[in-house]
Amino acid sequence: MDTISIREKFIVPKRYNTIAIALMTIGIIAIATLYIYTHGVKGTEEYKLRRDARFWASLLQNSVYFLLVVNAVMFFICATTLAWGGWQMSFRRVSEAISTCVPVIGVIAGVVLLAICFSDNHTIYHWADKEAVQHDPVLLGKSGFLNKTFFTVWTLITIGGWSFLGWKIRRLSRSTDDNPMDLEGRKKYMWNNTVWAALFIVLFALTVMSSIPWLWLMSIDAHWYSTMYSWYTFGSSFVAGLALITLFVVFLKNNNYLELTNEEHLHDLGKFMFAFSIFWTYLWFSQFMLIWYSNQPEETIYFITRIGNFAKGSPYRVLFWFMFCINFLAPLLIFMTRGSKRNYATLTFMSLLILFGHWLNFYQMVFPSPMINHETGDTHVPMILADFGVALGFVGLIMFVTGRALGRAPLIARNHPFIKESVIHHT
Amino acid sequence: MAIKKFITGNFYDEEILFPAVKKVRRAGYRIHDVFTPFPIHGLDKAMGLRDTGLHTAGFIYGITGTCTALGFISWTLAFDWKINFGGKPYFSLPAWIPIMFELTVLFAAVGMVMTFCYLCQIAPFVKKDHFNLRSTDDTFVLALECNDKTKDEEVIAFLNNLGAREVAVQYKETGWWLGRYDKDTMKFEKKN
Repeated sequence: MDTISIREKFIVPKRYNTIAIALMTIGIIAIATLYIYTHGVKGTEEYKLRRDARFWASLLQNSVYFLLVVNAVMFFICATTLAWGGWQMSFRRVSEAISTCVPVIGVIAGVVLLAICFSDNHTIYHWADKEAVQHDPVLLGKSGFLNKTFFTVWTLITIGGWSFLGWKIRRLSRSTDDNPMDLEGRKKYMWNNTVWAALFIVLFALTVMSSIPWLWLMSIDAHWYSTMYSWYTFGSSFVAGLALITLFVVFLKNNNYLELTNEEHLHDLGKFMFAFSIFWTYLWFSQFMLIWYSNQPEETIYFITRIGNFAKGSPYRVLFWFMFCINFLAPLLIFMTRGSKRNYATLTFMSLLILFGHWLNFYQMVFPSPMINHETGDTHVPMILADFGVALGFVGLIMFVTGRALGRAPLIARNHPFIKESVIHHT
Repeated sequence: MAIKKFITGNFYDEEILFPAVKKVRRAGYRIHDVFTPFPIHGLDKAMGLRDTGLHTAGFIYGITGTCTALGFISWTLAFDWKINFGGKPYFSLPAWIPIMFELTVLFAAVGMVMTFCYLCQIAPFVKKDHFNLRSTDDTFVLALECNDKTKDEEVIAFLNNLGAREVAVQYKETGWWLGRYDKDTMKFEKKN
């Protein structure tokens, strides 16, 4: 009988924390620079508001993107739990550790969202301007959904609910660590696990898969709407969440942890990324094609600010098609072969690419509308490097929080009933 | 049609089969095939089979489907018989993507099924010889291919040693053929 020695406790390397703190510092410097850069400028009132909106849009885009990504990791845990999947058990603690970022980034995102909602600057959320809405039949019709009270209550319930259910599911998982269960205990544990995962999925369906992207992101283009928007956003965040899990699994494997996880598990993560990149593209295309086909001005306006039309291209079109290439063509072509999904280097490269690509996707979802100059009607791409600096700050935060969480719990849920299924997993 | 000589052993358990397959290979015998009632993970590796090329074939069929759809639609709608649909350009790629996608899937699916049937030599009305009917039910049948130098008694003893049962020398048709089992199988047996 072969034995395998298992390093259960992750010890956070010093360099890891140094990098995380350095990245967070870069993020804070980027936010400060952006604030100084966008405020205290001379110009018309409208211009000043637009500059202010550019600052908040950056915070909105980054905090919402990274919140949805880390929350998608919790969704991955719950979806595989509900499907009674066993293969992910060998690295489930990694996903759990990433999901501890939800409350932290949730607080940041909540503060940013409410600050934008309640500020006097309505460049990002027009619908928050009570005066203007009274004279706007479209926004008046939507005011039952797009109003400050509902926005506040639902945002708080959402972030609180994600944090609470995530905490509950992590605690359930931890409860088995020093408690080898008998058959009845295992049955009871599986039942509890399934029920709580199902509750999370229900909340997830009511939030990420329907209302939350409409409320937080689509309402930036308040006059425009698309029923596919939430699924599209979910696809984006889920594939990025899978990329984040893969990155951490590869990192831990390279540091000689996670002995029970091997290429078979990584192969399945790669397949997930491949599949959901195509899923995302499918939703992107479905949304685009119907709007393109019916060609109605109130619908096409969304793509005119992002791609432009034959007469005039939008400044975002390069970013848009670049984003489309790295989110669709790259995963499609690179992840197609079996070997690439089992190779640490391609997996790491693709995970980074996907995380960056979907960050760009959120960028083109948030920025084009607030950047419109209402005198000329033109939009423009702001200095994206500053936003990237803010993104690095969030990356550092995720690294720091996840690293701490990884160090606190054993890396293997050794008493979970399905652990053997994961050990012998074969793709 | 090529009738060859085989020595077959019947294994009742995977745990006996796996070490046996490895030992047979190490001893230098040539494994014709292992017949199992269900797919067994890792058996292909134990037998030393190479990865299948079916995916590559599927990719080529898929690309062919995409190109067929794109070529045909663009030829008909943008060159041969231009029709104005709702003021859209004649070359309207977004509208064609669903059809290109469908044809990709169709070509890849049908092509891969047919390639698979060809590689495994299975098709309607086509027959293949069995080594042991129980390989379609509950046991695993290992077939060793013999050549002129094979010493039957030695191989039989070797297989028996490895835990095989019902070890036998058999003359079997390796390819597929059109016909009936009852008549044709008897014909093969007579030949020997």
